[in-house]
Amino acid sequence: MNQLIEQLKVQIIQQLNLEDVEPQEINEDEVLFGGDLGLDSIDALELIVLLEREYGIKIKNQEEGKEVFVSVRTIAEFIDQNS
Amino acid sequence: MMKFTQSCRIHEKKIYRNEALFYSDQALDDKTNFKTFIKGAYKYLGQSYPKFFKMDRLSKLGFIAASVLFSDRVLSAYAPEEIAVVMANRHSTLVTDTKHCESIKNREAYFPSPSVFVYTLPNILVGEICIRYGFKGENAFFISNQFDQDFMYQYANLLFQSGETKACLVGWVDYKDEADYSAILHLLET
Repeated sequence: MNQLIEQLKVQIIQQLNLEDVEPQEINEDEVLFGGDLGLDSIDALELIVLLEREYGIKIKNQEEGKEVFVSVRTIAEFIDQNS
Repeated sequence: MMKFTQSCRIHEKKIYRNEALFYSDQALDDKTNFKTFIKGAYKYLGQSYPKFFKMDRLSKLGFIAASVLFSDRVLSAYAPEEIAVVMANRHSTLVTDTKHCESIKNREAYFPSPSVFVYTLPNILVGEICIRYGFKGENAFFISNQFDQDFMYQYANLLFQSGETKACLVGWVDYKDEADYSAILHLLET
């Protein structure tokens, strides 16, 4: 799980063009939206694309997306359960 | 009667504010690319606006030009609805259009990027500036072969005559590639 979390941090930085953010600066339990990263609705769409492209997992609906994209840890757990 | 009050010009890794050199890349050689130059300008301005890094190159260029122009001038005398933005360029969003096209041409690996797609219209550059500075007035974006200052000023003058516009950011922001980009912004006021 820890390896997946670290891998996700790198992928999120690349996918969302978070140029000034280092992987170690992202707390895996911190909320992704409304937190220090300043993510917006376009970033949410990018995360959906990331999950589909890198892990072959589709988000079924908006409610599931809200539960999955709470933090890096919740994304990692979702990937772990669905891959 | 409108008057010209502020300007910013960017080309060949140099930024001028009111025709005085404001910032230039320290390593003025061919190896210094646009990404390094524009990020250096962002740092030099002391900006703290994470969304900057998500913009495409055209929007980054226009955003920095506006940031330089407004770095010593705040338009607090005007209501947000009284500040208009009128821009033009030659290559529209060609670089981003091509990037988006590449991402959708393979039906077996069809993963268009939402954050790329949103920059496939040049008027999003106007939107980025308006969001950053809270402008809510009239806006327009024209495509033309070169910066036609007479036409742009004439258009701005029509906005001033409407009575709703008190200040207008007029400009040219064009990005073709690493070596061919330019920005010219003028602030017009009554």
